[in-house]
Parts: sequence; C-alpha cells; structure tokens
Amino acid sequence: MLLEILSPVAAQGLMQWAWLLIAIPGGMAALLLIAGKVTNRFGHWLATAAPIASFILALIFFIDLLSRSVEARTVSVHLYNWITAGAWEINVGILLDPLSIVFVLLITGVGSLIHIYSIGYMAHDPNRRRFFAYLNLFVAAMLLLVLADNYLVLFVGWEGVGLASYLLISFWQEKPSAAAAGKKAFIVNRVGDMGLLTASFTLLAMFSSTAFVDVSTGADKLTTGWATFLGFMLLLAACGKSAQVPLQSWLLDAMEGPTPVSALIHAATMVTAGVYLVVRSGAIFEQTPSAQLAVVIVGTVTLLAGAWIGCAKDDIKKVLAGSTMSQIGYMMLAAGIGPAGYAFAIFHLLTHGFFKANMFLGAGSVMHAMDDDVNMRHYGALRKLLPITFITFAMGYLAIIGFPMFAGFYSKDHIIEAAFHAQPAMGVLALIGAGVTAFYMTRLMMMTFFGEKRWREGVHPHESPVVMWVPLVILAIGSLIGGMALNGWIGHWLEPIGAEVSGHPSWLPHITTIGIITMVVVALGVALAWYLFSKKPVPDEAQEKVSILTTAGRQDLFGDTVNEYLIIKPASALSRGIAFMDEKGVTPAVEGSGRFVQLIGDKVRLIQNGYVRTYGLTMVVGAVLIGVALVLSRLV
Amino acid sequence: MTSLYLILAVILFSIGLIGFLIRRNALVVFMCVELMLNACNLLFVAFSNHHGILDGQMAAFFVMVVAAAEVVIGLSIIVMITRTRRSTSVDAGTVLKG
Repeated sequence: MLLEILSPVAAQGLMQWAWLLIAIPGGMAALLLIAGKVTNRFGHWLATAAPIASFILALIFFIDLLSRSVEARTVSVHLYNWITAGAWEINVGILLDPLSIVFVLLITGVGSLIHIYSIGYMAHDPNRRRFFAYLNLFVAAMLLLVLADNYLVLFVGWEGVGLASYLLISFWQEKPSAAAAGKKAFIVNRVGDMGLLTASFTLLAMFSSTAFVDVSTGADKLTTGWATFLGFMLLLAACGKSAQVPLQSWLLDAMEGPTPVSALIHAATMVTAGVYLVVRSGAIFEQTPSAQLAVVIVGTVTLLAGAWIGCAKDDIKKVLAGSTMSQIGYMMLAAGIGPAGYAFAIFHLLTHGFFKANMFLGAGSVMHAMDDDVNMRHYGALRKLLPITFITFAMGYLAIIGFPMFAGFYSKDHIIEAAFHAQPAMGVLALIGAGVTAFYMTRLMMMTFFGEKRWREGVHPHESPVVMWVPLVILAIGSLIGGMALNGWIGHWLEPIGAEVSGHPSWLPHITTIGIITMVVVALGVALAWYLFSKKPVPDEAQEKVSILTTAGRQDLFGDTVNEYLIIKPASALSRGIAFMDEKGVTPAVEGSGRFVQLIGDKVRLIQNGYVRTYGLTMVVGAVLIGVALVLSRLV
Repeated sequence: MTSLYLILAVILFSIGLIGFLIRRNALVVFMCVELMLNACNLLFVAFSNHHGILDGQMAAFFVMVVAAAEVVIGLSIIVMITRTRRSTSVDAGTVLKG
C-alpha cells in the first residue's frame, strides 16, 4: 500500500515561534544551572512555569491545527542551515504535524504535572534547584526529539534525553547503586544510539537527506535489503530507548532515581521515544515485512517479560517499571502491525502517559508516607490513611487492567484485537499479557492498600501535601476519561501521518468476541490475585523457597546475567588480552626507542663543548663548504 | 680600480676571520666580527659603483644598522660576562653549556 505523503506547508504567524516550545524549558535549565545558588529559593517555581508555558503554547498550536483542513495540518518551520557539504544540506527545522503535536501535548502536559508534584516531593532535598534544572533539560530534549524534522536533529534530542536521564537517575549519586544505575542506563542506551546513527548514515547515503519528508516520499524506491537493514537499525534504536528486550535491563535499575523522574521517564519522555521513532519511520517499515515482524516479536516478548517481572517484585516501583516495559511492548506490537496499528500505538501511549504517571506519582506519595520504604510487604491497609492517593491510584489501576470505560480499556483492547487480525499467535500472547497485567496490578493494590497493617515501627503514614495530590487528581481524571475522549478522534487525527482509520464505533464500548474474551481473562487475573493476596495474609518476608518462575522474575529474567556472560565477560577478556599485549609488546617498543634516542643524544651532545671558538670554526667551515658547493655547481 | 677595492676587502675579511678564530679576548673577537662586516660592506659599495646600481649601497646601510643593533646586544653580554667571571676570555662562557 502506498501512503499519501502530505508535503508540509511553511509556518505562518505564531507558528514561526514554534521553537519557543523547546527554548523555554531549555533556556530555563541553562539559567538554573548557570545562575547557581542565586536561584535556590525560587528556582523550582521558574522551572515549573517553563513546561506550563510550553504547554499553553502547544495548546494554541493544537487548536490552530485543529481548525485547519487536513492538508494544511503538517507545518514546517525552517530555523537555520546546519551542515552544507557537497550534495548534502541538513537544516534544523521543526515539523508540527498531528503526530508531533500529540506528543508535545503529552510531554508538556504530564511533564508540568510532574514538575508541580516535584515541588512537594523534593521539598527537603538540598539540591532541589539542580533537580528542577535537569527536569527542564529532560523536557526540552524530548521536545526537540519529537519536533525535529529530520533524523539528525532528532538524534540531538535523542542524546539529550539520554544525558538528562543519566543525570536524573543518578541524582542521588552519593548512593553507589544510584550512580551505577545512571551509568547503566547511559551505556545500554548507547547500544541503541548506534542503531539510530547507522540508520541516519544509511539514509544520508540513500537519499542525500535525513528529512522525514524526503525519506517518506523516497522510501518506496528502497530495495528490500536496505529497507530491512534500516528497519532493524531503527528497531535497535527503539529497543534501547524504550527498554525493549534485549536492551531492557536499564529500566528496572532506573528506579534508583527520585520517583518523579521515574514518572517522567515512564509516562511522558524517554521510553515513548522508541515508539515515536517506529511510527515516524512508518514509510520504511512499510517496505520491509521482516523488520515489521521483528518489531511485533520484540513487542510481544517484552510485554510478556515485563508482566512476568511485575509479578515477582516486592518493590512497588519495580512492579510499575515492569508494567511500563509490558505496556510499551503493547505499543511496539501495535506499531509493528503497520498503518492499521499506528493510531492504536499512539492512543495507548497517550492513555498510558496518564495512568502510568498517575500510578508512579501515587507510588511516590505512598513512599512519602512510609518514610521512603519501597517494599510492599511493609505496606498494607493504607486506603484509610491515604484516601486521595488510594482513589487516584485506583483510577490508574482500573485504567491499566482495562476496566470498562477506563482509558486502558479502549486503547489496549484495540491493540489486542489488531494483533489477532494481523498475527493470531501474537494476539493470544497479548491476551495472556493482559491477564498477567491484571494479576500483578491487583497484587500491588492488595498488598499496598488492603489487608493487614505490616508497617515497620515508627512509621506514621500521612496524606501528601496539596501540591502533590492535585497532580494526582488531574492525572486520575485523565485515566478515567482519557480513553473515552480520544477513542473516536485519534484515528482520524493521525490519518495524515499514515495511520489507517479503524471502523470501530467510537463512544459506546464495542462488544466483540475478542473484547469479551479479554474481559474474562482480565477478570481471571484479578480474581486469582485477590484470592492469593487478599484472602490469605501476606508474609512479612519474601519466601526463599519459590518456583523457578518467581526466581527468574525477581532476577529480572536474568537480564543482567545474560549481559554479564554475553558481553561483559568476553569484553573484559578481550581488554585483558589487549592490556597484556600492551605491557609485553607496545611498552618495551616505546621505551626501547626512547632509550635509543637517549643513547644517541649522549654521544652527540659532546659536540657542544661550550667554546665559542669551536662554534666559530664550525660556522666558518660550514660557510666555506657552502661557498665551495656554490662555485662547483656553477662550474658543472 | 674595482679590483683594488676587492683585494683590500679580502685582506680585511681574512684579518677579521683569523682574529675571530684565534683570539680569546672577547672584545677583540667582537672587533674582528665587525671587521668582517666592514669588508662585506666595502664589497657591496665597490660592486655598486662598478655596475652603477644603487642596490649595493642600500645593502651596506642595512648591514650597518644590523651591526649597530648587534653591537648593543653583544657588548652588553660581554659586560655581563666580565662582571660575573672577572675575565673577558670567550672561553669563560663554557660553564653555560647544557
């Protein structure tokens, strides 16, 4: 199928100022970092105002785009000429289209709420100003990523996101585990970056351009081999940023960062970048069924792996991290299906942005109440003491398991259904994933908010301050109505970027066979978790004697062990070998040549005896020799 | 006529060269260097006159200027060496070798 590519129209009026979307948070980050201690007292307020300003601007642009005809909804803003070399001309520009504006709204909207929440959460941290500067940097980098109009500028944002995540995950760097987690996230992401770079170079070689417009118009001229290569490289990049198998290992460790960071990484920025990349590169994936299949397989494997890990963890944040992996897996699955799935992938990404930010901030609120204890075995019966957290968290919970009328019900069902139509086997696995999701999320709810009190001594749970629960309430409302509000609209809206519109009825819950089966599976998952974790008391300590499945889950499915044996061990063996060669081969050679020169020097410097007469004589002899040579050359 | 100037220049230059090589007194060595420079100047002027071109005379002026600058620096070095070593021998500088 050939996609109709809409050529972008040049920006007019206010749209020419679209770069402000990125510049406001970026400039604020620079200000806070450069101005230093001067801004300690009010820095967090400035930093919170930045994404809100961007959000308002994005809202204006969005309404503007909404009022236009479909053809005029892709707007390009040329900023400046970055590189001109031979036939290549790489411009820095902004592409505002239905896809990017949706991302911008999500990033700035959810990002703003997380900023507001952080004012309360980080109130007692001595480095709060630095934290907010990094948050702004994160938002700015992510905005650059989604607003760029070519792959190279996207890469700048991509790296900016990597940097910001490193700074934020290892924010409490005095903890060795946090420092290690930051490094791990950074290094694992480098592997994916290599894929994106290779893809960009290939695109430059193929099209003499990396602009999205050129790539999508020229993609059908690609040979299958190159298209497949590009597809796999882009998939590698997406795996790194979106924590898909096999590059998933950094995401769980990333929980070492402050909780608002986890919310930002998981809901609004960072992990959504991979899905964005795959959808944005849809024209390339169109040309290569094998790469598309690879995306589907990666998505499916990750959604099951994430759910599996989520079942085994006792750390509330790690359960949520596993669930993010799993939900991003659903999005990748949908994105891999092709145009029929793009709208669903983005739809699920948006609803996930709401309910995952909601639950992460909720988890932060619970930790706040429990003196930063993350072990769910030490929680229990918190629903009375944290009523607002409980209610809002419950909204997120109902949304993620796909309870009717809640956000996830619409977005996830679409994906499962599309998977059944495209690859029945993947559909079954996605269905199982939905059941497991219901199981582990119910387990989390039961262990945290219901059952017996299992609090440690000296812990007095209390509801969070108002700056923390207001964002929770807003996100909870998003989790509640986000699905209903967007369901009928998102497909048509994303049509210009190549999404196919599904023929589903929009408002009422559509009753299909697969939908009913999904409901049953989800209900089974909930019931099983309720039976296991509500009827029976929860043991205070994690049991040692557990099945191999649980052990695997607790060990993140041995992701680190695999990396250790597959990459780290061979790499250190190689470097030891090279070090040995250096010691026994290179070092003696270098030192030997040095000694040789020293030896010659010892002999030669005897000529310098310090007598002016000797120097004078040498000079005269030299002059005579030159004169003789000149005379002789004349004669010959 | 020119050949007489040339012979005089060669004699002056030889005196300067030999003095430069065999004398130890720094001042005398210095004077010998000046003698060689003057021999060259004489050649410049003689040839200039012979060919009827002014270039040689100009070169002579340049040599004089350079010689003047060189004298300033050279003499001051000699004065410093004389003060510290209590000797005007050019060999007194050997202790400065690296």
